[in-house]
Amino acid sequence: MASIAINGVRKDYGAVPVLKGVDLAIDSGEFVVLVGPSGCGKSTLLRIIAGLEDLSAGEIRIGDMRVNELAPRDRDIAMVFQSYALYPHMSVRDNMSYSLKLKRTPAERIAEAVKRAGDKLGLEALQDRKPRALSGGQRQRVAMGRAIVRNPKAFLFDEPLSNLDARLREQMRFEIRKLHRDIGATSVYVTHDQIEAMTMSDRIVAMNGGIIQQVGAPLELYDNPANIFVAGFIGSPAMNFIKARAVREDNRIALYVGATKLLGMPAPDRLPDNGEVIAGVRPERIGLLPSSEAGVAATVELVEPTGVATVVHADIAGQQLKLFTTERLQLDVHQPVSLTIRPADVCLFDPISGERLRVPR
Amino acid sequence: MTVSYPTAGARRRLAALEPYLYSAPALLLITVTTLVPIVIGISYAFRNVMLLDPTSGGFVGLDNFRDLMRDGSFWGALKNTVTWTVSCVAFQFFFGLILALLLNRPFPGRSIIQPIVFLPWAIPTFLIGMNWSWLFNPAIGPLPHWAYALGLMSAPDNILSDPQHALLGPIIASIWWGTPFFAITMLAALQAIPSEIYEAAEIDGAGSLERFRSITLPFLAPTMVVTVMLRTIWIANSSELIVVMTKGGPADSSQIVASYVFTQAYQGLNFGYASAIATALVVLLLIYALLLMSIRQMMLSSR
Amino acid sequence: MRGSFQTRTIKWSMHYGVLLVYVAVALFPLYWLVKVSITPDDILYKQGTDLLPSKLSFEHYATVIGKSDFLLFFRNSIIVSGITAIASTILAMASGYAFSRFAFKGKFWIVGLMLVTQMFPLVIVITPIFSIFGTLGLTNSLTGLIIIYTAFNIPFATFLMQSFFDGIPKDLEEAAMIDGATRFKAFVQIIAPLTLPGIVATAGFCFTGAWGEILFALLLNSSASASTFPVGLLLYSTRATIEYGPMMAAGVLALIPVCIFFFLIQRYLVQGLTAGAVKG
Ligand SMILES: Nc1ncnc2c1ncn2[C@@H]1O[C@H](COP(=O)(O)OP(=O)(O)OP(=O)(O)O)[C@@H](O)[C@H]1O
Ligand SMILES: [Mg+2]
Repeated sequence: MASIAINGVRKDYGAVPVLKGVDLAIDSGEFVVLVGPSGCGKSTLLRIIAGLEDLSAGEIRIGDMRVNELAPRDRDIAMVFQSYALYPHMSVRDNMSYSLKLKRTPAERIAEAVKRAGDKLGLEALQDRKPRALSGGQRQRVAMGRAIVRNPKAFLFDEPLSNLDARLREQMRFEIRKLHRDIGATSVYVTHDQIEAMTMSDRIVAMNGGIIQQVGAPLELYDNPANIFVAGFIGSPAMNFIKARAVREDNRIALYVGATKLLGMPAPDRLPDNGEVIAGVRPERIGLLPSSEAGVAATVELVEPTGVATVVHADIAGQQLKLFTTERLQLDVHQPVSLTIRPADVCLFDPISGERLRVPR
Repeated sequence: MTVSYPTAGARRRLAALEPYLYSAPALLLITVTTLVPIVIGISYAFRNVMLLDPTSGGFVGLDNFRDLMRDGSFWGALKNTVTWTVSCVAFQFFFGLILALLLNRPFPGRSIIQPIVFLPWAIPTFLIGMNWSWLFNPAIGPLPHWAYALGLMSAPDNILSDPQHALLGPIIASIWWGTPFFAITMLAALQAIPSEIYEAAEIDGAGSLERFRSITLPFLAPTMVVTVMLRTIWIANSSELIVVMTKGGPADSSQIVASYVFTQAYQGLNFGYASAIATALVVLLLIYALLLMSIRQMMLSSR
Repeated sequence: MRGSFQTRTIKWSMHYGVLLVYVAVALFPLYWLVKVSITPDDILYKQGTDLLPSKLSFEHYATVIGKSDFLLFFRNSIIVSGITAIASTILAMASGYAFSRFAFKGKFWIVGLMLVTQMFPLVIVITPIFSIFGTLGLTNSLTGLIIIYTAFNIPFATFLMQSFFDGIPKDLEEAAMIDGATRFKAFVQIIAPLTLPGIVATAGFCFTGAWGEILFALLLNSSASASTFPVGLLLYSTRATIEYGPMMAAGVLALIPVCIFFFLIQRYLVQGLTAGAVKG
């Protein structure tokens, strides 16, 4: 178990920059999830930590040691690949013992370690099978087993669950988490699935375009996104973004959508000159009243009952937003309703830079 | 705490060398036994090298090439080379493409038929040459008698000793031998075409001819061009069938450039001249290859 | 729309019909070879062009095996082709792996060089090779033949192996390298076992090529003790009276090893050939 430090790491493929200066400190025993859209450089960063890819600038430290110059085999890390990369010509047992054999571990110690890992992952009965005779979920477990028998300094996961169906994915999410609780090993987990990121991580690292956008605990990113990218990426259904105009009233502002006043709230520490802002509100934070009572007037566009909740698509002065209600309301399309939004639930963003406009407390 | 790794730099340098280490043995062997001899061989073209004549070997500049220009046998051989290469490649290609199309879809018996129809490719060339000379020989072979019975020949004679048609014998043998090569390459290319494309076209209402024209052909074309190029070069260069079956005769009537090189070197013992002929052939082939590659580039970029 | 039952039947009978023509054409010359080899001498010319001989005899095979240097030639050919196949496959595996997995300076030129060596008529290099090998004492020896065959097989074998390696995901050796293997160990323990079909195909290809080669065999080695099979076969046809029977019997025997090899490898050739031959 060891900490990992990523200092000023840059990576270019030819003239194309893929990582544009990444700094990140991962504590010993921490479970960190790297999340971001496809092509943002998550895998590249993970492979640089593993030593499978050279970096163009910067430094990687595992524990106290600079590992830039070390080959993957000397870094003492384990990796679970998206494709699992099980050795097709070896049995489950041989797949799991390969790394220990390379280290010349005595046979009985290997057998013991493989048995322990196999028991933990429920692979007892499969030890003599070849990978091609396993289901997707079982292969995934073997890949995990191959990583844990070694007792490495850190685990690296590259989208290990993306080839599984939804139910299995949920189950494995839980098992990987439990395994981490048992072993307590430093883990870096790459995914583009924000649910995985939210449910599994101690800390989320949100990446976009080769730059870290925000690092923090899952709920911190959810409640307090640093910019419009993080706000939109974390959470499902996604946060509503409303184009609004802010009108200053002393140290407060009023937000207008077209001619409709949305709400009044404390003024942020700065405002764009023309007053144009983007107001972000999570769907579950919007209240809905069936008739046109107090609140913002809106019309119902579409109703999607999911069982647990009902997703309502509403229209405010020509702008679409989604909201969530757990009450079973009788709503018709085009029915006028009124919406309530609490000022504390609104995040303001600069429409040009995408940065959050912070409201002082 | 910083741990210094004295070997780290060296290891990185070793890692950068890795690809060279892997390819070095092969390269070394090729250089010593192929490249160096090729360079020496080309240098003969500018020298007067006669086997068995120790005073020869002097530098003669372009003399050999000047002789070449005036050598009627060379021009005859060049004409024959075109006939030989074009007819071999064209028929091998045509029959090979049909065979590949036939083998592309699974059908009962394919696993037996496929190795049988590919078998000629595995037979050693010289043995093919001998075998076909026997088949063309009216004393022990049936072909002249069949051709006579069908009215293709006025008498059951050996085609290989007929100055008008001697080249036809090696051409037929070469087609028999080379068709499977084209079939194998085309088949591999066909099987790389995703079947969804055909299904999509079928749903769009394309008939089988239309599918062949609009999907199969464009997909195969780049493979075809490269295969045709490689085989053209190979066939133009390969004199074994001709040497074994006709020795270029009768009276040089079936001589191609490659076999003429052979005759000059081992019957005329004039290595300098032989090398000049060979060099001229390589230059012609290179021009041809570059032309074909640029056509392929155009086809690829227009897709 | 798949067409009616009737048109489908017609289509498939045409399909099989055309294929049968191919099968017949492919097999007929080989059939003739076998037929003449088992026709006794006394009826060889009398019934020379009959499809079936009226009598069968294996006397020619007895002559070939018992009264000629055939067994020596056969042994030489086996040694030369076998070692050539092994050596060129090992070297081609190494260079094919480098081409498949690394982008490195000079790769383009190395590939180009390999292709260019394939462009020259062999005749041009025989004399220089003869003098180089002469000074090294490699003429009239099987070693010389093995070296030259290996060198000439390597370019194509390399492209073939490269295409097989291209089909193996990089993840596998990366996983092995993280598990603690050096790249070489990952290559030997993980990648090579997975390319076994490709290795067999490449070896078979090299074996077949070396088995039938005649130019170098004839010109580099003049002594009978270092002659291979094709040279031995040629000896029959240069004698005063051509003995077709024994010659064809020897030809049939020469075919056996390549046919066996070919049936083993042809399936993999289809997988590997285009990519290997065509990518370049
Ligand atoms: N060998 C390479 N050469 C050039 N560009 C590359 C190479 N490998 C990756 N890239 C580019 O680097 C960028 C980041 O790739 P990376 O694989 O890290 O993305 P990712 O975040 O893991 O995406 P995904 O979620 O789709 O796996 C991509 O735009 C990709 O095209
Ligand atoms: Mg990725």
